[in-house]
Amino acid sequence: MILRLAFGSLLARALTVGMTILAIALSVALFLGVEKIRTGAKASFADTISGTDLIVGARSGSVQLLLYSVFRIGNATNNVTWESYQDLANRPELEWIVPISLGDSHRQFRVMGTSAAFFEHYKYRQGRSLEFGIGVVMDDLFDTVIGHDVAQTLGYNVDDPIVVAHGLASFAKHKDQPFRVSGILEKTGTPVDRTVIVSMQAIEAIHVDWQSGAKTPGKSTPIDAIRQMDLTPKAVTAALVGVKSPLKTFSLQRAINEYPEEPLLAILPGVALQELWGIVGIAETALLAVSMMVVVTALIGMMATIFSSLNERRREMAIFRAMGASPIAILGLLILEATLTAAAGAVLGLGLLYVGLFIAQPLIDSAFGLYLPIEAPATRELLVLVAVIFAGAIVSMVPALRAYRLSLADGMMVRS
Amino acid sequence: MSKDSIIDLKDARFRWPGRASFALSVPEFLVEKGQSVLLLGESGSGKSTLLSMICGTILADSGSVSVNGTDLKTLSGWSRDRFRAEQIGVIFQQFNLLPFGSVTDNILLPLKFAPSRRKRCHNPSRQAAELCQALGLPEGIASSKAANLSVGQQQRVAVARALIGAPPILIADEPTSSLDELAQSNFLDLMFHQVAAQETTLIMVSHDPRLADRFDRTVHMNDIATIQRQAS
Repeated sequence: MILRLAFGSLLARALTVGMTILAIALSVALFLGVEKIRTGAKASFADTISGTDLIVGARSGSVQLLLYSVFRIGNATNNVTWESYQDLANRPELEWIVPISLGDSHRQFRVMGTSAAFFEHYKYRQGRSLEFGIGVVMDDLFDTVIGHDVAQTLGYNVDDPIVVAHGLASFAKHKDQPFRVSGILEKTGTPVDRTVIVSMQAIEAIHVDWQSGAKTPGKSTPIDAIRQMDLTPKAVTAALVGVKSPLKTFSLQRAINEYPEEPLLAILPGVALQELWGIVGIAETALLAVSMMVVVTALIGMMATIFSSLNERRREMAIFRAMGASPIAILGLLILEATLTAAAGAVLGLGLLYVGLFIAQPLIDSAFGLYLPIEAPATRELLVLVAVIFAGAIVSMVPALRAYRLSLADGMMVRS
Repeated sequence: MSKDSIIDLKDARFRWPGRASFALSVPEFLVEKGQSVLLLGESGSGKSTLLSMICGTILADSGSVSVNGTDLKTLSGWSRDRFRAEQIGVIFQQFNLLPFGSVTDNILLPLKFAPSRRKRCHNPSRQAAELCQALGLPEGIASSKAANLSVGQQQRVAVARALIGAPPILIADEPTSSLDELAQSNFLDLMFHQVAAQETTLIMVSHDPRLADRFDRTVHMNDIATIQRQAS
């Protein structure tokens, strides 16, 4: 009955209590949302590449190498010569090696030259392989496999022709050699979705008539002639490497970093990802701190509301006192009310989070390639809710103690 | 202390803390068991302080206040609250009820804090309904919200609440002041009827001496208590 009366009292002040609940709910939803994006971003970040032991490129910074080889952000300052690549490929510690050649684009998407081994060895999200939605691996020299987002955005289907542009955002197009889409990959949530994949030879082929970044005027080698040429690559941008035994990873990394013929850099993807996350993570921590402050603000708002309601509720307190309720019971009643309010806010906030997720999930996925799973709240999130409710109870102690003192001083003979 | 006095104040003094210092001292005030007493006094004559002392929401600074044989001094704060719930039904001048609660919730509220009183009425909701009926409240009022009742109805619900579980003492603080004359007399008839049925000791505060006929005894505040005011 006391619980029912507490409910009744809250209902009687439905407007202010409702506003308080809404404020708490929004702050909780914001906090959980930020937390969700944070963990989602971190997971999808770490899931971008797995199963690769080393990434090798020309010497630069490890984060830079990771950014351009895996995330296709920024550009390589230098390439690795084909000779060095061959040297590396012949090392006994190696299990497999996949070359990557970057530098061209199709519309807003990067073109990546690689070998068929890429589809076998590139793994993401704890060892998942790339899968074809439709079509197959490129078979012909001028075949291409495109990522899910490329197909979605540009509306491509298997067998559609596409023209590759030289460089990025360039007007110089390799018009003479149109490609054919041979396969479209399933969505992965990784940068592969936004990549146009061709063979290493194709990269060479489209550059046959090109000299230092510009098309040689008047020269146009017919496609048949190109097919007859030796299209061994002259250089690769980076290489993904798998070793036979994990124990060999470090010695191989060391050997590559000390390679005498050419300045090379080998990085452990996991370590570089950590390093990169360390940079991105500061913003994320700041965001979390801000959303936590919003929760605190909402709780303080609730405290203010309780304070301002105390005066109009002196009569109510006096009735409870006259009926034999001790001041402690009054204290408990107020804390109970605040706890109910905070609990309602927390639950509503959780509801808002899921509504928000349902609406925003596809948008975030397509805009940022960030997949936020909609699943039952994790222990961590439940702990957050419990913490909010608990904090609500603690915060309400301040006005409740005031009510306690008032009801001690007033006794039961308040005249109002 | 005479054996059949249910309320017994001796040399009880109380001073309100704070700047507007107001002290009440009651050399002696006895009420016999089953008696009905009308306590007359102007506003500011210390009626509320006296009632608070009897109810144990404030504790006399010196002297003794005994209620139904128990010296309130000997009880802890929590026990005094429990004691009040068990022994005393209270009716205020007005605004007696929790407006958001139903009539039944309001009537049963003191039983929450008084286990013996609850035990005494075997079926609390039924007794609440019977009291409502006896007090002339319309049928089916039990589940209405207290805020929707007229003032007269609210005061009668307050009587039902004060009397449920038959506490030995009923304290009414000007319960009729918000009612018109007809309703007043009607209300008092009903209240007295119930008080007589339960053999309750009644102390009612008023400033209307015309009511004296209905009571066993009339006491003027000026006769039993002295007040000291200190301008500080």
